Amino acid sequence: MRPSRPGCRIMAQKTFLQRHAIVERSPTVLLGLSLAVVSVGGIVEIAPLFYLENTIEDVEGVRPYSPLELAGRDIYVREGCYVCHSQMIRPMRDEVERYGHYSLAAESKYDHPFQWGSKRTGPDLARVGGRYSDAWHVDHFTDPQAVVPESVMPKYGFLLDTPLDAERIADVLETHRFVGVPYTDEMIEAAAVDVRVQAEPDGDWEQMLERYPGAVVSNFDGRAELTEMDALIAYMQVLGTLIDFSTFTPDDSR
Amino acid sequence: MSNPAEHDPVTGTDTTGHDWDGIRELNTPLPRWWLWTFYLTIFWGIGYTFAYPAWPLLQGATPGLLGYSTRGEVAAEIAAVDARNAELAGRLASADLATLARDDPAYHFGVAGGAAVFRANCSQCHGAGAAGAPGYPNLLDDAWLWGGTPEAIEYTVRHGIRNETDEDARWSEMPAFKDILEKTDITAVVEYVLSISQQDNDAALAAIGQDIFADNCSSCHGAAGRGDQQQGAPDLTDAIWLYGGDRDALTHTVRYARFGVMPPWGGRLSEDEIKAVTLYVHQLGGGE
Repeated sequence: MRPSRPGCRIMAQKTFLQRHAIVERSPTVLLGLSLAVVSVGGIVEIAPLFYLENTIEDVEGVRPYSPLELAGRDIYVREGCYVCHSQMIRPMRDEVERYGHYSLAAESKYDHPFQWGSKRTGPDLARVGGRYSDAWHVDHFTDPQAVVPESVMPKYGFLLDTPLDAERIADVLETHRFVGVPYTDEMIEAAAVDVRVQAEPDGDWEQMLERYPGAVVSNFDGRAELTEMDALIAYMQVLGTLIDFSTFTPDDSR
Repeated sequence: MSNPAEHDPVTGTDTTGHDWDGIRELNTPLPRWWLWTFYLTIFWGIGYTFAYPAWPLLQGATPGLLGYSTRGEVAAEIAAVDARNAELAGRLASADLATLARDDPAYHFGVAGGAAVFRANCSQCHGAGAAGAPGYPNLLDDAWLWGGTPEAIEYTVRHGIRNETDEDARWSEMPAFKDILEKTDITAVVEYVLSISQQDNDAALAAIGQDIFADNCSSCHGAAGRGDQQQGAPDLTDAIWLYGGDRDALTHTVRYARFGVMPPWGGRLSEDEIKAVTLYVHQLGGGE
């Protein structure tokens, strides 16, 4: 690299090159050392996120999804909604003005996998909960162009005719617990009941609401039986509603 | 392989000392400008990590000497815009919309800002041009379910209609008459509604339907079927139909009733945004 200075440089160059030859001649050593060099970037950028207090912001109100919301979330993933919709309001004025308070990491801490995304053919859905009525969601899923003529969203009316397969919902909760979502034994035991009762306004949903504060109880699709539409709308209606921003002020340095 | 560097007389620079079957390599020094630019970028990079949040420590990352944060920036940007609009927005928020003069700058501020609020939050149901859709009222005409005065519109925006989230939401509920009336009675009352809205109808059935209407429907829709804004009961004599006005749609409405829900916007929109969207909707054409 430097302009060479003959004389004093010869000895140093020789020993350095001799040592470097060891690395060049042994593929295993070369591989090992390359790995060490490459992982420096990972260690510096990723490892601190696991212990730094300011990246793990605990926010009051955030709770695991109720069984029905979780079932809806599975449908959201299955239908590939994330291909066109993000769930991440970035801290920029235009996004905050349009969608509401920017997203906090805590809001997706029980998402496995998270649905942040970056592709927005449709609008961001991070705070869609409560914005529209259940009936609007049914109309819109059935025929998006009936309510938003300029929309290019496909129709999802078949969800209305597909009974929700919730037989293994307790196992789904258990799997989420395995990856770190704090579902209690009580929640898992009651999952089979909770998944139904959230869509029965006349049912006995008080205990479900105690387990999942802020859950919306409604016959989401207006039909007697529990359909996939019920689950998906239950999921829509909870998105972004768990934090009360009138009492929570985020720390600037996070 | 590795020999002492030699001086190459032709180019005037040293060789690297490498020798491959007699072929040697010049160790041409890098151009000075390049080298110093390179050192400068390293220096700049290190300086950058001290100016901005970067180095992870035990408790948190260094905040940086400039005190920059993305969250702080967006908060400052919003505050700056709010401060610029503070005077007009403040006047709008505390204004009495019914008496706000049309040439008042706060009025124009409200209508223009309300249009933006409408497109972001209301257009999904009421349409980008506010013409509505089946089940979602047209806001351009002068038929109002719950009143079209600025005061009434503001109340509807703030509290919504038939929602569970706001205790002060406007509320009324039409019964599903399939459990109350005989099928033939429903057919008759539908004919009567067709007759008062000047559509083709069976006059004999309509005459029977008139009494059924008086007994079951008039308490909300009025004796003449002209509706009641206190109860959100629509006028049945005009040609404006929220869920359709033909025989099939009316039969469905009478049998199963309708239950249009509007979410409350009081918690989501700021005070001046509520007033702004009220002014916007009011001036669309049908404001009372």
